[in-house]
Amino acid sequence: MLRRSRPRFLRLCALALAAGALAACGTSGPAGQAGVTVWALQDNVLNPIEQQSVDRFNRAGGTAKLETFANDPYKQKLRVALGSPNPPSAFFNWGGGNLKEYVDAGKVADLTPLLAENPGLGEAFLPNVLDAARLDGKLYGLPMRGMQPVVLFYNKEVFAAAGARPPGTWEELLALVETFKARNVQPIALAGSQAWTELMWAEYLLDRIGGTEVFRAVKGKPEGWRHPAVLESMTRLKELIDRGGFGRDFAGVGYDLGGASTILAQGKAAMHLMGSWEYVNQLGQSPEFVKREALGWVPFPAVPGGKGDPRNLVGNPANFYSVSAGLSTVDQAKKFVATQLHDPGYVQALIDAGDVPAVSGLADKLAKAPNAAYTSWLYEQVRAAPHFQLSWDQDLPAEQATFLLTQLQEFFLGKLSPQQFVDALASRG
Amino acid sequence: MTQRPSALYALPALAFFTLFAVLPMVLVFGLSFTAWDGLGAPRVTGADNWARLYADDQAHAALGRTLLIMVLSWLVQTPLALLTGVWAAGRQRGRAVLSALFFLPLLLSTAAIALLWQALLDPNFGLTAGVLAPLGDPQLALYTVVLVITWQYVPFHTLLYQGAARAVPPALYEAAVLDGAGRLARFRHITLPQLRHTVISSSVLMLVGSLTTFDTVLILTGGGPGTATRILPLHMYITGFTGFELGYASTIGVLLMVLGAALSLIVLRATGFRAMSSQQEGV
Repeated sequence: MLRRSRPRFLRLCALALAAGALAACGTSGPAGQAGVTVWALQDNVLNPIEQQSVDRFNRAGGTAKLETFANDPYKQKLRVALGSPNPPSAFFNWGGGNLKEYVDAGKVADLTPLLAENPGLGEAFLPNVLDAARLDGKLYGLPMRGMQPVVLFYNKEVFAAAGARPPGTWEELLALVETFKARNVQPIALAGSQAWTELMWAEYLLDRIGGTEVFRAVKGKPEGWRHPAVLESMTRLKELIDRGGFGRDFAGVGYDLGGASTILAQGKAAMHLMGSWEYVNQLGQSPEFVKREALGWVPFPAVPGGKGDPRNLVGNPANFYSVSAGLSTVDQAKKFVATQLHDPGYVQALIDAGDVPAVSGLADKLAKAPNAAYTSWLYEQVRAAPHFQLSWDQDLPAEQATFLLTQLQEFFLGKLSPQQFVDALASRG
Repeated sequence: MTQRPSALYALPALAFFTLFAVLPMVLVFGLSFTAWDGLGAPRVTGADNWARLYADDQAHAALGRTLLIMVLSWLVQTPLALLTGVWAAGRQRGRAVLSALFFLPLLLSTAAIALLWQALLDPNFGLTAGVLAPLGDPQLALYTVVLVITWQYVPFHTLLYQGAARAVPPALYEAAVLDGAGRLARFRHITLPQLRHTVISSSVLMLVGSLTTFDTVLILTGGGPGTATRILPLHMYITGFTGFELGYASTIGVLLMVLGAALSLIVLRATGFRAMSSQQEGV
C-alpha cells in the first residue's frame, strides 16, 4: 500500500516545500526602512531614559526608533541580525572580543573620523573607558550606560565585631580568612554556580601580579597563558580556595537567586567581590543593610611585589552603541551617537537612576545625587585608574571565552591544578 | 479486508513534517561539514568537525552523562509509574484525591520546576542547608538532576499506565479470582502482560526524552558545577549559542538525532512491537 503510493507522495511533498519556500520569501518584505533603528538591552529603569534620548534626536529632525531585547537572547539575536542584510543601525554591545568579531566581519562602522569632525566629543568620555571599544587604534563604539568596575564589598558590622579592617593587600586578605573562619563566618561570599563570578578573582589577581600586558598577550594567541604570572596568580587563588576562603558550598550558589548577596547582608559572610551593580542590588534586596551604612566597599587588594598598578580596574568599562557599516542610515546613526550620549539631560537622567556614566567632569553632579558616597567613590576609582580591563569573557572571542569559563569552574572545584589550567588554555587553538 | 484510508490523509501532516523537521535536519547535516560563527557564510571544512567530535573528551563525557541519565531515569521512573498507575486505576478510598496530588508536577512548566528545586536545594537557604549542597557537589549533582526529572515526569507515565490498566478486561481478573489467584499473582500474570505495549511506549518516550533532556538542566544547574551535569544537548547548546561554533554544534546535533532514531528503532525491534499483535488475544 505504502510502496505503491510513494511517487505521488514525493511529488506532493515537493509541491508543499515549494509553497513553503515561496511563503518564506514573502515574509521578508520590503527591506530597510528609512529610519535609524537603535537596539538596546531591556532594562525597566534605563529604557525610558534611552527612549528620551531617541525622542530628543527625533525632535531635532531625526527618524530613530528604539527596540529593546531581553538579556539572554540578545547576543544570538544581534549576531543573526548582523549577519543578515537587515541589521540595526546602532546597537548595544559590551566592546571587546564580541565587538572585534563584528569588526573583523566588516559589520561595524569606524567612528574615529567622528571624533575629528566633532571637537570635544573624544574628551567628553573617560579615556580608559573608550579604550574598551578601540581596536587597532580605531574607535568602534561610544559609551551609553554606566560604568561597572568590580569592587570588593564587605559587611562593616561583621568586620567591626571581629575588630578587623578591610584588606589592603593580598596577605591581609588571607589573614582575614583565618579571622572569620575562627568566628564561624564565611570569609567571602561567592556565587560559584556561575563562572563569571569566579572569573573576577582570576582577572584581578593576574592584573595585580603580572600587569596589564599579560592578558593583552593572551588575546593575541593562547600560548600567552604560559606567562609565569598566570601560573602564579592561579596558585595564589588556589591557596585562597583551599584555605576555605569561599566556604565549601559555593559551587551551588547562584548570583541571580541572590544567595551570595543575602549572606553578606545577613552577616553570614564578610566579603563579596562583585560588579558595581551589587550596590543597587543590595539596595533593592536588603535596603536596611545599605541604609544603616553597614555595606562597605574597597578596591581589590594590592599584591606586594606584583607588576600591576593597584589602581587598575576590571569589569565592564561601559556598554557601548556601535554603528552598523554599509547601511543607508550610517550618517544618521553616527549623528545620533555623536550628539545624544553626552547630552546633559541624558547624563543627568542616568545619574538620577543610580548609574555612573563614563562622561568626563561629573564629580560635582554626582556629589549632589542620591547615593553620592558610593557613586562619587566609584567615579573617582575609574577616573584615576591607569587601565580598565574589560571582563575576559567579553574581551575574548566567544569560543575561547566559553572554554575559559568551563576550565575555571573545574579549577575552582579542585579538578584542575594551576598548571593544568594553564596547559589547558595554552594548548587550545 | 477493510478499506484503508487513502494516503492523502497523511498529506498535511507530512508537509509540515517535511518543512519543519526533515528540511532543518538536512540543513543541520550540511552545516556539520562547515565552520560557521553565525556571521557571513559558512566555510566548508569537510569532515573536520567529525574528526573533532571523535577526539573531543568533553563531548564523550557529555554523552556518557546523557546515557547515565537515560538509564537511571528509566530504572527509577518505570517501576514508580507502573505501580502508581495500576494503583490509580483501582477504586480505593481517597484514590481520586491522591491521584490529583500526584498529578501536580505535570501541571508546572519545566522552568518553574527547575527554579523551584533550585531554591529548595540552595546551599545557604534550602531544605538541606548546612548538611548537603546537592547542586554544588559534583558527585551528587547528576543524581539530583535525575531526581528532579523523575519528580517531573512520573505523573505523565502514571497517567499512561492508569489508562492502560483500566482497559484490562475485568473478566480476566474475575476468572483468576475463581482460580484462586492472589493479588500478586494477578498482577504478575494478568496486569503486567496486558500492559506490555504501554511499558514499551512509555519506555520509548522516557529513553528518547532523556536523550533530549535540556531545559531542566539548563535552568537547574547550567551544566555545573564545573561540567558535572553537562549533558550532550546542553554541550551542543553551549557550543552553538555561547561559543558560536555553529558548525561543530550541528555535528553534535546530528549525533543526537542519530542516537535518538537508533534508540527508538532498537526498542521497537527488541520488544517485537512491530508485530502489532492484539493485547487481548485469547480473550
